[in-house]
Amino acid sequence: MSLLGAFDIGSSGLVAQAMRLNVTASNVANAESVAGPDGRTYRSRQVLFTPTKIENAKSVGVQVSGIVESAEPLRMEYKPYHPMANASGYVEMPNVNPVEEMVNMISASRSYQANVEMMNTTRQLMLKTLDLGR
Amino acid sequence: MSLVPQYDPIQFGEAALKLRSFRQELLASNLVNSDTPGYKARDIRFGEVLKRNLNAQVQSTGLPMSVSNSRHMVAQDHTATPVLYRSAVQPAMDGNTVDPDVERGQFMKNSFFTEATLNFLGSEIRTRISAITGQGQ
Repeated sequence: MSLLGAFDIGSSGLVAQAMRLNVTASNVANAESVAGPDGRTYRSRQVLFTPTKIENAKSVGVQVSGIVESAEPLRMEYKPYHPMANASGYVEMPNVNPVEEMVNMISASRSYQANVEMMNTTRQLMLKTLDLGR
Repeated sequence: MSLVPQYDPIQFGEAALKLRSFRQELLASNLVNSDTPGYKARDIRFGEVLKRNLNAQVQSTGLPMSVSNSRHMVAQDHTATPVLYRSAVQPAMDGNTVDPDVERGQFMKNSFFTEATLNFLGSEIRTRISAITGQGQ
């Protein structure tokens, strides 16, 4: 019964979108962080989605194959009295783009909802199958 | 169009359900990968594939089952199902061709037809049961 496969595929989508939402939250939270625990300035993180084979399903699901740091240049703010300022008085700020992150968040939550909807429909079909011949 | 059914209804229902659930899985894949860069939306031509499966011209990739009677059912798998690419209405910048609205619509339709098939199959089974027991359910 490959309806179960559709279920597994849907859950892979839920996992991936939830991770995307997590990373987005991390970016928004750290939009103003000067330096992380390792002394480096926080850089915007983005998830990479790739299709993946799902066990006991004939079709493909999705997975987060990695999290990459954005290569965009850091934002330089002029704060001469800041303890982290460099010789010319500039502080490195994270390269998080708030607009991009809001779009990411909305897109991820919409996709998550679509997957939940799909799994609900599939569940109803499975229950209907159980009633076959009654 | 003859009034004599071409296939055994239960056999027909089984083949249709198998293919419906396979397609459900395909559409689920498309929906799940709506944000995956470079992913191409896939689908099958349901009617054609069902006809092909029912005529059982395509043997499974495993050991072919020899049939000594025309009414024996031939086991089928979907390994040789021709899965096509959906042509993109608006391809995205990242090469993804999934249109979530199209996929959702197809998914809903496929769910409805799955349920219809289940109803047909169920009523066929009930008919046979009442024929066997000789009393109305």
